[in-house]
Order: sequence, then structure tokens, then C-alpha cells
Amino acid sequence: MSEIPGDLKFLKSHEWARVEDNGKVTVGISDHAQGLLGDLVYVELPSVGDTVTMGNASAVVESVKAASDVYSPISGTVVAVNEALSDKPETINEDAYGEGWIFVVQPSDMDEINELLSPDDYAELLEEDDH
Amino acid sequence: MRVFVTVGMSFMSKQTIYNASHRALNAKMVDFGGWDMPIHYGSQMDEHHQVRKDAGMFDVSHMTVVDLHGEQVRPFLRKLVANSVDKLTKSGKALYSCMLNENGGVIDDLIVYYMNESYFRVVVNAATRDKDMPWIEKHAADFGVKVTERRDLAMVAVQGPNAREKVIGLLSPDAAKACGKLGKFVACEADGMFIARTGYTGEDGFEIMVPETKAVEFWNQLLDAGVKPAGLGARDTLRLEAGMALYGQDMDDGVSPFEAGLAWTVALDEGRDFIGRAALEKQKANGVPRQTIGLVMDEKGVLRHGQQVFTASGEGEILSGTFSPTLGKAIALARVPAGDLGNVEVDIRGKRFGLRAVKYPFVRDGAAQEGVLV
Repeated sequence: MSEIPGDLKFLKSHEWARVEDNGKVTVGISDHAQGLLGDLVYVELPSVGDTVTMGNASAVVESVKAASDVYSPISGTVVAVNEALSDKPETINEDAYGEGWIFVVQPSDMDEINELLSPDDYAELLEEDDH
Repeated sequence: MRVFVTVGMSFMSKQTIYNASHRALNAKMVDFGGWDMPIHYGSQMDEHHQVRKDAGMFDVSHMTVVDLHGEQVRPFLRKLVANSVDKLTKSGKALYSCMLNENGGVIDDLIVYYMNESYFRVVVNAATRDKDMPWIEKHAADFGVKVTERRDLAMVAVQGPNAREKVIGLLSPDAAKACGKLGKFVACEADGMFIARTGYTGEDGFEIMVPETKAVEFWNQLLDAGVKPAGLGARDTLRLEAGMALYGQDMDDGVSPFEAGLAWTVALDEGRDFIGRAALEKQKANGVPRQTIGLVMDEKGVLRHGQQVFTASGEGEILSGTFSPTLGKAIALARVPAGDLGNVEVDIRGKRFGLRAVKYPFVRDGAAQEGVLV
């Protein structure tokens, strides 16, 4: 498993959030999650301008074997989506924490970030899941 | 994110002789019909392409091999299955058929091999084993046929354009010669193994039954010969591209072969009273109410089991659906009402998408079939 970047925060359901310098929040799924799903073949992106709510389904990722909802780790308005995933969904398999980002949110309540798991807590959760 | 992957309770599952081999190859194991089986060894997609372009091997030891012995084996099978074993006259020849209940519903699909007049071999599915065996035994008793389940045999499917060559390279000269000459859908016994030129991928290759005592050694020889392991995930996308039905998903006890796109496996030959025949004849006379169609989605997205399908003649649903790695788009089999299709649409998460109804198989011998791609 690849190293989890220290500036990320996580939902238990395997989504990550990164607060950018401009106050916006980038969202993706974890490397562990892409491994569970296997080869991704389709990503259904939200639209720019959509309102998303923390913990609600906001995108869909599909692998050959499964379809999964992606829950937003933060509430707000979608200000960017990763259009490149439409043609290359496998980018999430290759670089879940980088080029495989899914959408960017302008948060309506930045305090929500404090409710997310730290990288260490998330890693611990994965370890527990293994047992 | 919620991952809808069923990772079974492996500690409750049965294991094939290759369980440790799979784990040594870093397989991701899942429960399949009560068996602890590899779904992939890293990438389902790579394994799929490996089989289409070169050669891959699948552990299919979970399937149920049944030997039938007795003077009345042929009359028994003429009664038991919907296709006609009278087509089998040459030793080793195989026949694909459905085994029906009295209502014409499919109990299971299977392959029958003719060995000689007092010995036939049948291979049925793994997940259906517990209902198949009592059914077979019950009817075999009427014909004095002895039914022997061959759990002592492992089974490996080696599939792909280079599969036969790689297997033949491992055999003794005599066995290599015999297997090199095998026609499609014919088997022979060679080097203590049962080697059949059959498969479930749409590629050429062999399905090989090998005694468990030699099974791991044979698997390792195949690995050394450059045959890559492939999991049940790739097996599913390969068979669907090849337009091959999966029991439990594309047909079951409540569906007739006519409704399942398997009319070609039913022989309404004169004077043969097979189980389910009366119901099939009645259905044929009254009109078959449903049909199975092949579908391609040209827009991005993935067709999945259970999605609702709309046609000019009414609503139906996706049976098997997947993203086709060979075609780069979604394909499916769907059961819909008989009649004109008109514009076919599917509902995916509340949105309607147009589909194209096409003849299947979608892919054979590595290539998209006519009309599948536009």
C-alpha cells in the first residue's frame, strides 16, 4: 500500500479531503478503496455548482466488478470536477491521492473538517478491518 | 464510499487443491458458490486481455464432475437433458445442454462427454451441486445408472490463442499428438489427464481434468510455460463477451431455454421424451412470452444485473452486465417481453440511456463480432 499523505483527512467510508491554500477542499477516494474496487472503468462526476452535503453520495465510481457511491467528506458547493477521469478513470487506480482527485468543494462550514479522521486514525481503521 | 463487493466468509468456504497456489500468487480470494476462489491476482483487466491475446489459466476445480456408468446411460441422458445425446457417437465428443424440470425451467446447464456406450461424463456447476446431484441420482436409479462424483479430480481451464500450444508443449509425444488433433468440443484421455477442447471464454483452449495428486505440479508447469493465472472476475467478463450464459444470473428454474436464448440447445427430436419437453412444446405453441437480447451501450457507463430496461413491447431487466474490456464499452444480456424492441433504453440511477440491441456473441477469438461496434 502506498504512503498516506499527511495533509489528508478521511471519512471512515474511504473518501479523502485536502484543504488547499485557497480554502477550497479537494476530494478523492483512498488508495485502499481503489484497491478494493479494482480496475476502474467509469466515474460519474457531480456538476460544477452542485450542492453537496457531508456524508451524502456525490459521485459514483465503477470498476469492472462493482459500482460505489462516493460520499462527500464536506458540505458546500462543487467548484471543479476532474473531467480527465471521464476518459481515464484508471487514473484513480494509478494515483488515488494525486491525479485521481474527483471534485473540489467550496466549503460552507469549514469546521466539518475537524470531524474527519487523521491519516494515522484512518490507517489504524484499515488495520482493524484486516483482522 | 460503499463498496458493493461480496467478500465471502472464507473460513466457511470449501477449498480447491489450488488454494495455497492462489494465495502464493497474491490472489484476492472471495466466496463463490460456497468455494474460496480467486477473483483476481492483481488486475482483472490485465487477466482478461492476457486470455484474449496470449494464454491464461483458471482454477475451475469447484465445478462438479460426475461420471455415469451403466448399460442404460444413453437412454438415461436422452431423458435427463434437453439437447439430444444421440448427436454423440464419437468417443470424447462433448455436448452442451440444459437439464430441465417438468415445467421446462432450467435446473442447470452442463456439458456431457461421450466416452463409450456404458460411460458418459457430465460437468455441472459448483453452486448448483446440491440440487443437481439428488436430481441426477433420482432419475439415474430408474435406468440402473451408477453416479460417481469425481472430487478426486482438479480442473484447470487454459484459454487463449496460444493456450493449446503451451499445454501441448508439456505433454508426452503420444499425448501431444492426440491433443494436437482434437477437434473443437472433443476430449481425450492423455498422460493420465482428461483434456477437452472446450471453454467459457470465447477463445480456443483446453479444459483439463487432472488427478489431485498431480494437480499442483501441473499448475506449476503451466506457470513455467508462461501461462498466467486469471481469476473468476476475468472469467466472467470473458464469458459475457463470448455471449455465454451464467446459471443463476441469465437463467434459472423459472426460465425456459427458449426465454434464455438457449433454443439452439434444445432438440425436439422425434420420439424422445425428455424431462420438460411437454412444457416446452406448450410454450412454443402458445408463444414464448420473453426473449433474451444482447445490448451494447455506446455512452459511458456500466450495465449491471438488475437494471431496468425499456422496449417497445414492455419492460425487462439486465441479467448479466459488465464493462467489456475488449470493446471498451458496456455490454449486457437482458430479458425483455417478446416482440418488437423499438428504441431500447436502460435506467441507471434514475437516468435513461439509449442502448443498441445486437446479436451476440459480442467477441469471439479476440475480435468484436459484426454489428457490435458502430
